[in-house]
Amino acid sequence: MTQQSISKNEIYAIAMHHRFQWEEAQQCYVILFPEGMVKLNGGAGEVLKRVNGKASVADIVADIQSTFPDAPNIEADVVGMFDLAVGKAWLRKV
Amino acid sequence: MTQNSLGDSVVQKAVQSQQVNNGVLASATQTQPLWLLAEVTYRCPLHCAFCYNPTDYDKHTQNELTTEEWIQTLRDARKLGAIQLGISGGEPLLRDDIEDIVIEAKKLGYYSNLITSGVGLTEKRIQAFKEGGLDHIQLSMHDITEEINNFITNTKTFELKKKVAAMIKNHGYPMVLNVVIHRYNIGHMKEILEMAEALGADYIELANTQYYGWSLVNRSQLMPTKEQVDEAERITNAHRANPDNKMKIFFVVPDYFADRPKKCMNGWGEVFMIVTANGDVLPCHSARVLPNMKFPNVKDSDIGWTWKDSPAFNQYRGDAWMKEPCRSCSEKANDLGGCRCQSFLLTGDAEAADPVCTKSPHRHLIDKAIEDAKNPQLQAQPIVFRNDKNSKKIIEGEFQERLTEFHALP
Repeated sequence: MTQQSISKNEIYAIAMHHRFQWEEAQQCYVILFPEGMVKLNGGAGEVLKRVNGKASVADIVADIQSTFPDAPNIEADVVGMFDLAVGKAWLRKV
Repeated sequence: MTQNSLGDSVVQKAVQSQQVNNGVLASATQTQPLWLLAEVTYRCPLHCAFCYNPTDYDKHTQNELTTEEWIQTLRDARKLGAIQLGISGGEPLLRDDIEDIVIEAKKLGYYSNLITSGVGLTEKRIQAFKEGGLDHIQLSMHDITEEINNFITNTKTFELKKKVAAMIKNHGYPMVLNVVIHRYNIGHMKEILEMAEALGADYIELANTQYYGWSLVNRSQLMPTKEQVDEAERITNAHRANPDNKMKIFFVVPDYFADRPKKCMNGWGEVFMIVTANGDVLPCHSARVLPNMKFPNVKDSDIGWTWKDSPAFNQYRGDAWMKEPCRSCSEKANDLGGCRCQSFLLTGDAEAADPVCTKSPHRHLIDKAIEDAKNPQLQAQPIVFRNDKNSKKIIEGEFQERLTEFHALP
């Protein structure tokens, strides 16, 4: 809804009343909340599984960069994912 | 059960969510039952005139699944991919094993939702649900006035509902309210939204009555006019537009007033599976009204077979079953021809286009219903409340004239 701008030293956690989990039958991560669910693609799942209320956005960017050293423009993708997830109210700022 | 439209609305919400493009999978045809609705009992202390439960529910009050059978069903459905679990009824709290069902649901990784009228929710039970891992509670509310609440539910439950709403909030649950909208409360939309904000609701579902089960029997009395529906939508949009209002509103569109049908259940056997009190497995709430269909039961059929291979779940999957005007329609993928039950109930043919569609040769039936909504004589007919006595009468063939007069066929 509103345009968020994510700063790299911010720390996020999964929002209240939301649950993030791996789904074996779907082979993907999902976000569950009252009356709805969203299936996440691989990249989105990689970002959200690192969101734990302790790691900063910069930490998560660095961690993903070291896991996927060959992928280009990872930082922009990760920040974009945070923008989306905050906009959707899946995440809350700690 | 007090919520008449859970199936459509939750599925639509899921699909809308899936259509987010950035970082999220696009909506694709599902082959897994993401939603499991457990209608654990048809017994209910309320007698709501708009209940979508089968009018012959009295047949299914003595043969409910046991706790063990429900737990096995949860396990089997989870293996198929079910994630969202609705525990509904009737009033689920009339069973004393909901605590056990909740604990098992948590263990299996479901996101679980208790759908309740609030009758029977005590401090002790809500505490047990919290500890057991129930994720949220959806409470039905009926109106801002005691008079309409008590009239439409045929019970004195107004004060109790307010108390239960506070209890839900105090236990740290998100507050999800469901209000079924009909002629008797549609004029109070603004006050209903204000009441929900004042109660601290996080979500409210404004579920315009859809006409199945008891609500079809009472359609003439419940259906609002087109002008009332337009006004209700306008008030809802104004409430949404006010940045001071934080609550999320789901407005379930009243399909009679649209010119294309709803994609019922997001498609037959696509994402939604219902297990009824006696163990029948259905692709939609009211599927048992359809003729010549045999729905498998969890007591004697493997639920994986039921979902993937049973004739019932494949009967209206996709679009191969369609006839004209749906078959050659350029929009058929949008709505899959609408609702099979509505087609059957109104035209006598389950494979006809949903008569809501303006391309349907039966659209005049819907136009007549909209016209009839202005007729005070029809509205003045007594309501047939949902109770055991009336259900027994319906099983014996009474009140048939209330339904046959809607049919196109003799």
